[in-house]
Amino acid sequence: MCVVLGVGYVLVLRLAAAVASPNGGEAETVALDGKVVGAANVGQSFTDIRYFWGRPSAVDYNGGGSGGSNKGTANPEYLAEVEQRVQDFLTAHPYLSRDEVPSEMVTASGSGLDPDISPRGAQVQVSRVAAARGLDTAVVRRLVDSLTQGPWLGLFGTSKVNVLRLNVALDEMQPVGTPGQVERTTGTDGGSESDSTLTK
Amino acid sequence: MNTEILGVILQWTLLVALCYPLGRYIAKVYRGERTWLDFMAPLERRIYKICGIDPDEEMNWKKFLKALLTVNLFWFFWGMLLLVCQGWLPLNPDGNPGQSPDLAFNTCISFMVNCNLQHYSGETGLSYFTQLFVIMLFQFVTAACGMAAMAGIMKALAAKSTQTIGNFWVFLTRSVTRILMPLSLLVGILLIVNGTPMSFDGRQTLTTLEGEEQVISQGPTAAIVPIKQLGTNGGGYFGVNSSHPLENPNAFTNILECWSILILPMAMVFAFGFYTRRRRLAAWIFAVMLFAYTAGVVCSVWQETGGSKQITEMGIAQDMGSMEGKEIRIGPAASAMWGMTTTVTSNGSVNSMHDSQTPLSGMLQMLNMQINCWFGGVGVGWMNYFAFLIVAVFISGLMVGRTPEFLGHKVEAREMKIATMVVLMHPFLILVGTGIAAALAAADPGIGWLNNPSFHGLSEMLYEFTSSAANNGSGFEGLGDNTPFWNISTGIALIMGRYFPIVGQVAIAGLLASKKFIPESAGTLKTDTGTFSVMTFAVILIVAALAFFPALALGPVADYLTF
Repeated sequence: MCVVLGVGYVLVLRLAAAVASPNGGEAETVALDGKVVGAANVGQSFTDIRYFWGRPSAVDYNGGGSGGSNKGTANPEYLAEVEQRVQDFLTAHPYLSRDEVPSEMVTASGSGLDPDISPRGAQVQVSRVAAARGLDTAVVRRLVDSLTQGPWLGLFGTSKVNVLRLNVALDEMQPVGTPGQVERTTGTDGGSESDSTLTK
Repeated sequence: MNTEILGVILQWTLLVALCYPLGRYIAKVYRGERTWLDFMAPLERRIYKICGIDPDEEMNWKKFLKALLTVNLFWFFWGMLLLVCQGWLPLNPDGNPGQSPDLAFNTCISFMVNCNLQHYSGETGLSYFTQLFVIMLFQFVTAACGMAAMAGIMKALAAKSTQTIGNFWVFLTRSVTRILMPLSLLVGILLIVNGTPMSFDGRQTLTTLEGEEQVISQGPTAAIVPIKQLGTNGGGYFGVNSSHPLENPNAFTNILECWSILILPMAMVFAFGFYTRRRRLAAWIFAVMLFAYTAGVVCSVWQETGGSKQITEMGIAQDMGSMEGKEIRIGPAASAMWGMTTTVTSNGSVNSMHDSQTPLSGMLQMLNMQINCWFGGVGVGWMNYFAFLIVAVFISGLMVGRTPEFLGHKVEAREMKIATMVVLMHPFLILVGTGIAAALAAADPGIGWLNNPSFHGLSEMLYEFTSSAANNGSGFEGLGDNTPFWNISTGIALIMGRYFPIVGQVAIAGLLASKKFIPESAGTLKTDTGTFSVMTFAVILIVAALAFFPALALGPVADYLTF
């Protein structure tokens, strides 16, 4: 039985992975200019004002470990921490009023590796990112819209935006280090173009 | 309509729609009738031959239990040995060291009893070899053990009068080759297509966009996830289980994995009906269980999508619901659904952090495990319900002045004693354990177990003992449980919570079956009616649930009322 399960069953699945998996059985990766910059499904930390930020992580986006905060909803220490995050978020986005801060942007995810934010979580950051990059807000907003993934089959589950893919698309549109030079060359098709190169 | 709620409804519908045909198939497998997986027969014959098993041997209930316990003891030593030595064994690209003997002991016990309480983190505590040859193997065999025990009970109850209840080895082997493995393959392939890793290369190290180094753990994840769900095991490949984005990459895999938790326990109820040709009784049992499960799901989804009261008071936008400890791609509704599904069964995998869910969801999760028979673990959940059925038969028999009978066999003092002990053992383990832990924590405030103060701290301890005794394995993970006290006390609860009921329930069935068959008459108490189902439901509520209400009032209910 040990052999049947340990070898037979595992080999069948390994073969299936080699044939059918997005990346031959390994975690799917995202590349920028031919260089791997992250795993598509594993979130990474973003703190630069030119990037969209992900959710707070209890393990600081450690892909070799994982974990949530495990704080209870009424824990005073935890509530103070969330309040601090709300303040920080408002400082970074002074154009927002308090009731526009989405709760998912100030609460830690379960795995500490959540690769996504909600479409609203991305929309509220658009003005900051656009200003930092010297881009037109409408262009950035269109990019966010084009990378927003709807529910499964359009019917089931949540809508989400993959933070890494979004930031890679931004960098493809306007490489970091050349701020404000490339807005005119990208325009409307920037989103869809990077979309197609990214999903590979 | 809200797409999150639609996702939850879809999961529920897929479960209810598919468990009936699967139940019929399972009954056929245990009866040895022709099925489309008959091409497995040569493989099975080879297994019997190598292990020296005579597949035609019929066992009485004592011999049946002896085989069950022997094979468990063997697997225990096998697991201990491999876990301690994993540092020297192959398939260890990340160079993880062997586990210390006490941690290996804990890991071994918990996987052997189908509980999968984890005091290590999968990324660093195991090698690929032990993930496959200890963890995954145990997940298959322990699930098959529970199914085999139930098959024995079904055989005993189907017969008019018999001394033997079938062959344990045959039931065990068929459970794996005909049910668990084919289903796992199917689920595994679907997961792989959706991006769950299945490789033997070690961690990936890469540089992030902001120039930091990030290490990504991976490995043969897709082999373990299906059986951990299907076998109501629940021990995740990664530390955070199915909330990890590689273990559960998107909304579809979440639906698939959540479906896998409950489909076999649901199907086993109908398998009982088909096997014993008492479909009406099975349908009523199913109705009671489904009612309790659905009620829990509705309440919890409502709580989680409504959001946390304290966050609302902060005046920020909480339109997704309570998001602490949850993932965007899964969302609060599906997280709540999973929380209920994983606790009605003895699964214990999680896709969000239960510690951070709203207090009433936490209470429902505990209540599910404390009752422990709304579907329950594969095989064993139905068997727990069976113990309550016996108690209900006895009480109703007394109430209406009829001889208590179940399926044509008299229920007498001996069976009742066993059933009562089985039923009362569960609250005893949980409440005494929590009581001792709470006393210790109160005596020494600096003990450092609790991640949260006040009522929620008590909930953390209550949850841990509930989860151990119910062989669930989920936890309020804030609890610092890797200490001698928790390792030993929960270890005892694990062993008692698994073997005591199995032995008791198989014994009841064996004893009943060896009695003379009494044909049904006008004086027989009918068990396949709505009235009797309501009666059973009431017995379960009174015996199982009420015992816990004082503890629940001090924990989650007080937590809920906190401002």
